[in-house]
Amino acid sequence: MKLDSMYQEIILDHYRNPHHRGLREPFDAEVHHVNPTCGDEVTLRVRVADGVVTDVSYESEGCSISQASASVMTDLVIGRSVADALGLEREFLALMQSRGTMEPDEDVLEDAVAFAGVSKYPARVKCALLSWMAWKDATAQAVGGIPEQETDR
Amino acid sequence: MTDTGSDTRANAGPAPTLTGVGGPVPGYDVERVRKDFSILTRRVHDDRPLVYLDSAASSQKPTRVLDAERDYYELHNANVHRGIHVLAEEATALYENARDKVAAFIGAPRRDEVVFTKNSSEALNLVAYAMSNAAASGPEAERFRLGPGDEVVVTEMEHHSNLVPWQMLCRRTGATLRWIGITDDGRLDLTTLDQVINERTKVVSFVHQSNILGTVNPVATLVARAREVGALVVLDGSQSVPHMPIDVTALGVDFLAFTGHKMCGPTGIGVLWGRRELLEVMPPFLGGGEMIELVTMEASTYAAPPHRFEAGTPMIAQAVGLGAAVDYLTDLGMDAVAAHEHDVTAYAIERLTAVPGLRIIGPPDAVDRGGAVSFVLTGSDGRPLHPHDVGQLLDELGVAVRVGHHCARPVCLRFGVPATTRASFHLYSTRSEVDALVEGLGHVRRFFGT
Ligand SMILES: Cc1ncc(COP(=O)(O)O)c(C=O)c1O
Repeated sequence: MKLDSMYQEIILDHYRNPHHRGLREPFDAEVHHVNPTCGDEVTLRVRVADGVVTDVSYESEGCSISQASASVMTDLVIGRSVADALGLEREFLALMQSRGTMEPDEDVLEDAVAFAGVSKYPARVKCALLSWMAWKDATAQAVGGIPEQETDR
Repeated sequence: MTDTGSDTRANAGPAPTLTGVGGPVPGYDVERVRKDFSILTRRVHDDRPLVYLDSAASSQKPTRVLDAERDYYELHNANVHRGIHVLAEEATALYENARDKVAAFIGAPRRDEVVFTKNSSEALNLVAYAMSNAAASGPEAERFRLGPGDEVVVTEMEHHSNLVPWQMLCRRTGATLRWIGITDDGRLDLTTLDQVINERTKVVSFVHQSNILGTVNPVATLVARAREVGALVVLDGSQSVPHMPIDVTALGVDFLAFTGHKMCGPTGIGVLWGRRELLEVMPPFLGGGEMIELVTMEASTYAAPPHRFEAGTPMIAQAVGLGAAVDYLTDLGMDAVAAHEHDVTAYAIERLTAVPGLRIIGPPDAVDRGGAVSFVLTGSDGRPLHPHDVGQLLDELGVAVRVGHHCARPVCLRFGVPATTRASFHLYSTRSEVDALVEGLGHVRRFFGT
């Protein structure tokens, strides 16, 4: 079934057993983002120390895509420098905006490559991006603003 | 065509008595009906037959409606009410003829009580804006005036289109918004009716049939209380006019709003029906061509209803299409349509109730209930499944449902769910489509279960 390209086993695994879930202390910024079309919600906290994302914790409610994406995102960004993590965010955003035409680099995006199929479903792209946008917003607040990226919306 | 108040009451059938008893309707050949809708033969994804269970969002259109619109453009197209040539006269006749058909369909005492709008939302906004415009109108508009201390009453199960316009009206005028709550069974909680609707209430606006819960509300009870306190009554018939016989006189309301695209008609056309004596003194909403009587640089006087409320070139082709839709529904017979949909709904509730992990959000039986059935579901491992995932997998099987808050977010908040999956039926829906849905849900539960 074609949908299997959306509901990859990796996505279902993260959905069933999400990583880094739950809100933790200490944190430098907390945000709450919603996806008004389907009611997905995420509350997300970021801790940044010496330019490194040392923790991302969250509580979320929503579909399997938004849940799994939050889990994958935390795996990717925790322990990275803010600059590197923002690079990953840009890479993931580009993948999600590619409408299935981009061949993702597994060395860079790791488990997040599993979302390539989701980019073919315009109604679901927002679900996959929700936690990333929340993370970026929280990080910007934590570090006192980040430079505008041309790929941003 | 003229605007004289001719008596157009024709098919003022009795209100349907909805009981829990099901069974296919004798004489209603749903397979023949389906032949009128070529879209229903579409195949989707891996060549699966389309199972369209999203008619509460928008119904499909029979060939007759499509032909009427095409015919209009191919043979009669011109602007209305402003030409003396043959096409302009034909276009005007067709447009006004659609008004006659709609008036007869809802049992309106007069044809000039039917105002064409672009949809239900505009019809409801029209009344809400007329009420705030009343502040700047003469004493004749007293009935519509609103200010601090006055109250507007809605229910907790309103579509956003019958909630937000009233919130906005209250913000503009300083009036207070109040609402009737919902019981756990998805019915209106009438225990507080006499407090919520009181001497301060100026207008009560409520949904006849809920698009998310399926509940058919007790119009007579609310109208009786509103009359006791002298409040205006607006009924949102978006989900009732397409599915049951409607007689505005029997309903006893002051205004009725409905929308063409849910009743087998085109998009871009809706209706506000209003009592003549109220429309006559109601201030206009939109200004422009067609709605005026005399215009000078300083000021204007306004046309009589319905034209006072139809500024600018109207949706002529769409009105003609709606007229054809009304003919189609009338030929099928709204009693038969209601009975058929009741059968499919009762069957759906019976089968859905038997699905493990499924909880219906709304009345648990088919009594006083229309064919919109919302539910939430858990996977075979007991975890709640998000409606988005449910809808996506069903779609892949060819089953089209709607997921989300259905423009009634307060209902989701009331039941503590982020969203629901909703299957909704129309005159072409079948029991076997319900079977396809139930089978699909089994697949969904296994797919996400561990
Ligand atoms: C109960 C109810 N009211 C109002 C509306 C608004 O109809 P429209 O979008 O055609 O204005 C809808 C349709 O979604 C509805 O179901």
